[in-house]
Amino acid sequence: MFNKDRWKEILEVLTGNWFRTLLTAFGVFWGILILIVLLAAGKGFQNGVMADFGDIATNTMFMWSRNTTKEYMGLPKGRRYNFKLDDVRAIRDKVPNLRFVSPRNQLGGFNGANNVTRGINTGAFNVYGDYPEIINQDPMTITSGRFINHSDINEKRKVAVIGVGVKTGLYGKDEEPIGTYIKIQGVNFMVIGTYKKRTGNGDGEEAQKEIFVPFTTFSQAFNRADNVGWMAITAQDGSSITSLKEKIVSIVKQNRKIHPDDKRAVGYFDLYEQFKRVEGLFAALRFIAYFVGILVLISGIIGVSNIMLIVVKERTKEIGIRRALGEDPRSIKLQIVMESLFLTIISGMAGISFGAFVIYGINALLDANGPVDMFLSPSVSVEVVVAALGILVVSGLLAGFIPAQSAIKVKPIDALRTE
Amino acid sequence: MIEIKDLHKSYRMGSNSLHVLKGINFTAESGELVAIMGSSGSGKSTLLNILGMLDEADSGDYTLDGVPIKNLNETKAAKYRNKFLGFIFQSFNLINYKSALENVALPLYYQRIPRKERQERAMKYLGQVGLKEWAHHLPSELSGGQKQRVAIARAMAAEPKVLLADEPTGALDSTTSYEVMDLIQKINDQGNTILVVTHEDDIAHMCKRIIHLKDGVIEKDEKVTQVRASQYV
Repeated sequence: MFNKDRWKEILEVLTGNWFRTLLTAFGVFWGILILIVLLAAGKGFQNGVMADFGDIATNTMFMWSRNTTKEYMGLPKGRRYNFKLDDVRAIRDKVPNLRFVSPRNQLGGFNGANNVTRGINTGAFNVYGDYPEIINQDPMTITSGRFINHSDINEKRKVAVIGVGVKTGLYGKDEEPIGTYIKIQGVNFMVIGTYKKRTGNGDGEEAQKEIFVPFTTFSQAFNRADNVGWMAITAQDGSSITSLKEKIVSIVKQNRKIHPDDKRAVGYFDLYEQFKRVEGLFAALRFIAYFVGILVLISGIIGVSNIMLIVVKERTKEIGIRRALGEDPRSIKLQIVMESLFLTIISGMAGISFGAFVIYGINALLDANGPVDMFLSPSVSVEVVVAALGILVVSGLLAGFIPAQSAIKVKPIDALRTE
Repeated sequence: MIEIKDLHKSYRMGSNSLHVLKGINFTAESGELVAIMGSSGSGKSTLLNILGMLDEADSGDYTLDGVPIKNLNETKAAKYRNKFLGFIFQSFNLINYKSALENVALPLYYQRIPRKERQERAMKYLGQVGLKEWAHHLPSELSGGQKQRVAIARAMAAEPKVLLADEPTGALDSTTSYEVMDLIQKINDQGNTILVVTHEDDIAHMCKRIIHLKDGVIEKDEKVTQVRASQYV
């Protein structure tokens, strides 16, 4: 198979009609190029959208209370209720496979009034009473000091972690916030850390204007008793929050005496479901890329098969001579299949290389012109390249098979008679 | 060397069949130079094709060098052709993108002889037909006589038991024809068995024995005194 004469002959045959070989090769080249570029573009789109999810743990749901819409157990509809710390405990106890359950209370909000002062500076910020685990669900980078911890929770320390947006609002340029005090609705908190969040979507500035204080301190300082305003619940890796949320919601409904069929009393947002939906979209995109790419590739392969048939037809007499001289039919078949395989793989490799070059060009362009919305570093993985090569080998074999068969079909005596 | 008994062959042409060979019997000893003569349609080419294992007889026995040739599949036929037979065609049938040397070396390639030895042996046979200096030329750069000499060298390269020549001089002018026949006679002088199909009387008389075919049967089988081709060259 790997002898010099066979390869010499393959090259002789393929270079015998340069232009035709080149045109044939172009079909395969084009097919694989389109496959690679489509996959890379899909990946780039995916990277871009996934970056918009930021660092948030995606296997997470958020839950908040709303008004009830059904009467239940003697209670009227339209009732306002609060989650309680009992609910948090009940969720932790009764629902398996949960990683974090973080209750939160909140002050301020979008367009809220000024609620934080420091000296002569005032500002309107979101103030959250949180548990330390929230940093795993809504990740942020601590730029100085530390985040709140369980000692803060247990001892109800009046400490706060502020965003860089808060710092610019309340502090002078060179002031060091750590160890200083800020007054949140009349209560003093010591600043113990600053953070910065990385988010991809539009509220990037808002996300830096948050203040985190221990949940227990918050409840006591602002009279929340055992009420809970909001919860972030993350499932363990390997089980999805989507499958657990029914149970979580029903536990809360039971505890809060809400009608089991009241669909609107408990508000929630399943990030994982959204994430899955987006992932499904990209799986569909990938499928389309493969589908289109492989279809284009198939037309290239058919071109190769076609040309090989013509080559075989042209060489009918030669094949007859060679068989008269005693060449094994299998050797002739192998020759044809190898010619087809060689042509397919070489042109496919050229397509892959050129595709990589195109992707490189796009990346360089993106780097030079700054980030584009929803598009980030298009790329193809090594697995895709290996898969493409596999497709090429299989299709090269297929393309050569029928012509090889037809080369053998003609009896040598008839082959010799053709002119 | 060659032994055939009661060989029959018919071709199906649409609805009616054409009985081409109607019971051929003959024997050729080792070292013979036999001419098969006959007008067109007499079945001489069919006979040669059957002898060359390019075609199969409907019935009858064919033994070549003691080996019965029967029910061959293509792989086996190819192997036998390579080992036992050398072909010389009217239209030379050289492979046009291979040099003279490569053409001659081809049967040896199919025997999986190493490249170097193959080239040496091919060169030796090219030397015998006097074309050593043309070894690296393509067939298109050679004259008709030279092409046929390359083809003869190729037929001999695998050192077959029998050479089969189908109208070897059919495409050549008379001077070149005599040169080629001179070469064939010399090869025969070395002890090779050769069968020549021809319809030219003078070519036939340069062989040692003439078999006349007519309508699929042997009409006459005679030994003749060989006319040496060298006297015309």
